[in-house]
Amino acid sequence: MNNDDLIKETEFQINNSETVGNIHVEDPRIIVKNINVRYGEKLAINNVSIDIGKNEVLAMIGPSGCGKSTFLRCLNRMNDTIESCVVDGELYLDNENILDEKTDVVPLRAKVGMVFQKPNPFPKSIYENVAYGPKIHGLAKNKIELDEIVFNSLEKAGLFNEVKDRLDAPGTSLSGGQQQRLCIARTIAVSPEVILMDEPCSALDPIATAKVEELIYELKENFTIVIVTHAMQQAARVSQRTAYFHLGNLVEVGPTQKIFTTPQHKLTESYITGRFG
Amino acid sequence: MNITIILIIIGLLGISAYYTGLRKSLTLREDKLLHSTPIYHGAILAINSSLASILLVIVWVLFEKNIFPELLAFRNILFIISIFIFFLTAFFTFKKIKNKFKARDKVEKIIELFLLVCSSLAILITVGIFLSVIFESNRFFESIPLTEFLFGTHWSPQMPIREDQAGSTGAFGAVPLFTGTFLIAFIAMCIAGPIGLMSAIFLSEYASKSVRDIVKPLTEILAGIPTVVYGFFAVIVVAPFIRNTGNYFGIEVASESALAAGLVMGVMIIPFVSSISDDVINAVPQNLKNGSLGVGATKSETIKLVIIPAALPGIIGGLLLAVSRAIGETMIVVMAAGMSANLTANPFEAVTTVTVQIVVLLVGDQEFDSPKTLAAFALGLVLFIMTLILNYIALHIVRKYREQYE
Repeated sequence: MNNDDLIKETEFQINNSETVGNIHVEDPRIIVKNINVRYGEKLAINNVSIDIGKNEVLAMIGPSGCGKSTFLRCLNRMNDTIESCVVDGELYLDNENILDEKTDVVPLRAKVGMVFQKPNPFPKSIYENVAYGPKIHGLAKNKIELDEIVFNSLEKAGLFNEVKDRLDAPGTSLSGGQQQRLCIARTIAVSPEVILMDEPCSALDPIATAKVEELIYELKENFTIVIVTHAMQQAARVSQRTAYFHLGNLVEVGPTQKIFTTPQHKLTESYITGRFG
Repeated sequence: MNITIILIIIGLLGISAYYTGLRKSLTLREDKLLHSTPIYHGAILAINSSLASILLVIVWVLFEKNIFPELLAFRNILFIISIFIFFLTAFFTFKKIKNKFKARDKVEKIIELFLLVCSSLAILITVGIFLSVIFESNRFFESIPLTEFLFGTHWSPQMPIREDQAGSTGAFGAVPLFTGTFLIAFIAMCIAGPIGLMSAIFLSEYASKSVRDIVKPLTEILAGIPTVVYGFFAVIVVAPFIRNTGNYFGIEVASESALAAGLVMGVMIIPFVSSISDDVINAVPQNLKNGSLGVGATKSETIKLVIIPAALPGIIGGLLLAVSRAIGETMIVVMAAGMSANLTANPFEAVTTVTVQIVVLLVGDQEFDSPKTLAAFALGLVLFIMTLILNYIALHIVRKYREQYE
């Protein structure tokens, strides 16, 4: 099959397919129903429905521009910061529709934390970076409690031993991998239930990547994690379920192992075998 | 013979040299590949020969003006020699044009030199201004000691016309002028700092694109109003208003007050502060804002705790630049602040500033050897050094800040 045929075939399949695989899980933490996202005229997410289970790592893969990051940003309403972006549909977290106008995004974002593609520590000390969230949400009554939260979060992010002697050093003085783990610590510090990760390792070297992946694996004990990634091996390594997006459509969802060994949809297969993407 | 005519003729010859070089190079190209494209060959021929003869003309004119005025009679000879030089260099350069001739490299070098000259011009002129001011100030300090000028608290720049004239020995203590300057600059910054910063925050973080598109150009219009017009505004509207309000509360306000001048000057520098702060705030990466919003901070918390601290060095740099503008501003204070050199911190009194006194000293007839006139240069020198230091610090801070995010 040559390239043009492949593109035609792809478009045909996209327009005529429903999501393949099983979008439902037994014990969902987040239920997404018929979400559409538009940037102005452009439709970025087309009618996506999916459940996200408790304590699972859901990986979202797909070619660039397929809408996986946009979808991720719906989950904590970060799309609100983009003026032209319009989201409709229903999105339940703990039986509350978070897309409702009345939903307060401040507690929502404390509940659904986010780690970004590029490490973005604030130009403050390591300690202040982690203490930032707890302080604005008033989670600590005094300095001792705050210390405890900060140390705990750094410990959980696997960073405590590396930085315990220099908590006053600027967060920007750390290496890229350490910065990213600092950002994870900052997210954990407000004790979220769900952590969203938008290509958290794309700016890191392989060793730092391995450390962050290890961390994700440990974090799933306590958190529900949704991770967007370009590296398919990463999805295979860290996730239990994988969702494949293509041109704003959710093409296939299933247990990670199944997606990578016996994908049901032709597009998924083409992407995984490296025919495009 | 007129120099202009000689230069025009050299220019015309240069153009024809360009086409001669171009034609030769084009014929050469028919046989073999060239190192440089034909236009470079033409250009090098034109540049070389006209530069040589123009240099000769310049040297000749300098000699004629400064050393041998008799040369004026030999302008015709100059013309002949310069044309001769032109053809001589043109001839040798023309012979050099071969396939392997590196004309491109030479032309690039000349362009680079030309750009270097242009950029050093600004620096040279600054140094020149500085030197001329220093020179004149030095003459002032020959008659008035530096310590008296810098630390004296009485300013009354008169010099006795006759030796025996009573009660007219001048006093040149500049302290009241500098306190006046700083008082007005301080009042101006109290207005421009907060308002400029707040408007920058609104424009860069809260305003929608359509509001921004209207408000931003409107604030920038403020920057385009001539300072004389601000002066009218201060004298006609603001000063009487302050006076009436002051009287209402039982406060004595002079008709020309530091407050009126400071307020209007503050309004004048608002766009300055707001546009620099706006740039700096916009330069804070979106990434950082997202990080803060992502842990559930509100917009105002994000601005207060992340954006402003991150942008602070740049904002301070911008404020310092604004201060140095306020210190150097002349027209508003001439019109609204008054002339009397009061040593006071009371904003309701009339004060005078360094720039106002410079204007006063230099207006009308003056002799350039009396300390009265020379005092203007001394004041200018101090003002110049002060704003130079302020600008240096400000630019240093701003640059430091930029590096942080690159």
